[in-house]
Amino acid sequence: MTMTPPASNPPLLDIRDLVVSVQGRKVLNGLNLTVRAGEVHAIMGPNGAGKSTLSNVLAGRADYTIEGGQVHYHGEDLLSLPAEQRARRGLFLGFQYPVEIPGVNNVYLLKAALNARRLQQGLPEVDAFEFLALVRDKMKLMQMDESFLHRGVNEGFSGGEKKRNEILQMTVLEPTLAILDETDSGLDIDALKVVANGVNSLKGPDRAIVLVTHYQRLLDHIVPDHVHVLAAGRILKSGDRHLALELERRGYDWVLEEAAA
Amino acid sequence: MASTPQDLESLVGQKYRHGFITDIDADTVPPGLDEDVIRLISHKKGEPAFLLEWRLKAYRHWLTMKEPHWAHLHYTPIDYQAISYYSAPKARKDAPKSLAEVDPKLLATYDKLGVPLHERARLAGVAVDAVFDSVSVATTFKDRLAKAGVIFCPFSDAVREHPALLEQYLGTVVPHTDNFYAALNSAVFTDGSFVYIPKGVRCPMELSTYFRINAANTGQFERTLIIADEGSHVSYLEGCTAPMRDENQLHAAVVELVALADANIKYSTVQNWYPGDENGVGGIYNFVTKRGECRGRNARISWTQVETGSAITWKYPSCVLLGENSVGEFYSVAVANHFQQADTGTKMIHVGRNTKSTIISKGISAGHAQNTYRGLVKILPSAEGARNYTQCDSLLMGDQCGAHTFPYVEIKHPSATVEHEATTSKIGEDQLFYCLSRGLSAEDAVNMIVSGFCKSVFKELPMEFAVEAQNLLAVSLEGSVG
Repeated sequence: MTMTPPASNPPLLDIRDLVVSVQGRKVLNGLNLTVRAGEVHAIMGPNGAGKSTLSNVLAGRADYTIEGGQVHYHGEDLLSLPAEQRARRGLFLGFQYPVEIPGVNNVYLLKAALNARRLQQGLPEVDAFEFLALVRDKMKLMQMDESFLHRGVNEGFSGGEKKRNEILQMTVLEPTLAILDETDSGLDIDALKVVANGVNSLKGPDRAIVLVTHYQRLLDHIVPDHVHVLAAGRILKSGDRHLALELERRGYDWVLEEAAA
Repeated sequence: MASTPQDLESLVGQKYRHGFITDIDADTVPPGLDEDVIRLISHKKGEPAFLLEWRLKAYRHWLTMKEPHWAHLHYTPIDYQAISYYSAPKARKDAPKSLAEVDPKLLATYDKLGVPLHERARLAGVAVDAVFDSVSVATTFKDRLAKAGVIFCPFSDAVREHPALLEQYLGTVVPHTDNFYAALNSAVFTDGSFVYIPKGVRCPMELSTYFRINAANTGQFERTLIIADEGSHVSYLEGCTAPMRDENQLHAAVVELVALADANIKYSTVQNWYPGDENGVGGIYNFVTKRGECRGRNARISWTQVETGSAITWKYPSCVLLGENSVGEFYSVAVANHFQQADTGTKMIHVGRNTKSTIISKGISAGHAQNTYRGLVKILPSAEGARNYTQCDSLLMGDQCGAHTFPYVEIKHPSATVEHEATTSKIGEDQLFYCLSRGLSAEDAVNMIVSGFCKSVFKELPMEFAVEAQNLLAVSLEGSVG
């Protein structure tokens, strides 16, 4: 990995001492994380470590109380922005459990999302033809059947189909910062490769990807620059991709013990 | 910051957009109701004797009736003597012969409502019989319809020009004794629409009437009669908006549909009367009796309604399926926001053999509103092989509103097939957050989710009105999601 001097590559996402509680219970407790453009980060950790909380808080879900700390995105105070403003500024959350919205056309939501983003960027709305061409292109990449376009959002999709649909949305929206919350869970090995291809297609010097995952196997296909262990509401250890392999071999307990020591 | 409950509340809190009053001289009868008022109405409208007699019969019967209170509705009592029963734009004798002669203020009113009469008429090929207060002031496309033999005119014109047809069919579907509000309407109705489609004729265009209550304290008592003769087809759209005011206004309409053998009537309603403000002050009381009879083999009557307005809605568009193989359908979206109360549904009465009915009802409640589906499926002993399918879905926004379902099923023939499905769901915080996280505003997100919920009803609306209905839904739910 190449390190650019901070002056020319300021952090895309900068989390400082973030403390978050849910219904009075502290879930994140002094979390620090810096992500720069061009990087792929993997956040790993045991169940209940706060991984999904981190994803949701960054995307702007309202059910969390921010007790302390700061988050800057592109130098802007992220936590003061409502969820839709974050999305329009290029932050994307790939959901662990994408919700079904019956009767709402998949392609309709996607077009509305893309135009909301373009409006923010000062670009004209895409017309129907351009849009369909773009989506068809991305669907090929995701090996999705055209019928998905006209089905309700995630309506009756299998678990794997829902995850593909998330990544399809991501490739169409081309976010600056993509946070993928356990996108690999529930995928068979072929689907995992397709999803990984989709994610890899997005990599670029201006973007960053944060993978939240339990398992090393996703990282065989999307190679991270940094691997972090999130446990007890904090990043307890950071390293390069070899850390993921070590976690795969040894589990998380040693990290917790090391941190306690 | 971010997304949910308060934002939803504020979204649903939006003001009624159609609140304005047109300043036009009205010829209004003082409040109160007795036989003299009825005679006056009948006289002003130049009615034949049979109609006056019918009105008086209805009035005398009405005096013996009690206001019904079985519905899940709560409101301050209506003082029927405080209502003015007739209001007409002045100088009816100089009524405009064409749109060009119509008071520009009136046309401007339609423009504000998004109903540019002439444009809509020309572009969409829709004939509009515009009811403004109680007297029709503009009728278009009469000629083209006349060529097809179709009669589409204000009720009061039909009284003069087609008295025989009127006498044959008036009150045969909804008799003057039917219920409290129908009896009142029969006594005092002022205008409405009359449609006759001759044998074998497919009506060459959508027929559409825009209703609008305008004069303060004037009850509206519309009466519509549609007759589809054997093998004919007609699609009719009724749409309404009303201006903002504080006093409650009574609206008690009657609609009668007659479908003879192989005839097909599609009746669509977009109802947007003033619902009252966000504190429940004001709003229209809407007590409507709508019923259709399939009188011959293979006749079909389809009701589609999008009900977003009124403080009180009491309305059960029904089908009496007399003819063998006849079909009744009811597709409904009812939205209740703020302090609105809706008690609506349908009755499907199966009399003939192999009759079929479908009921799809989507109720949306927001704010402090109460939304009730009340439906009856009745299979009589003569209705061998009858079938009904009912689907009733309720969507709740926030935790202050209510959804209620009262399905009544009476089956008197063992061969009947009756299916009923019902769901109640809350507009998901998950669904909302999902849309927000894709960059949609909370308002757009809610509209999208609600439209998805209503899709199976919207697709029954005539194409050009589906979009309008969707917009109306969006306006109605602004400021109301929770």
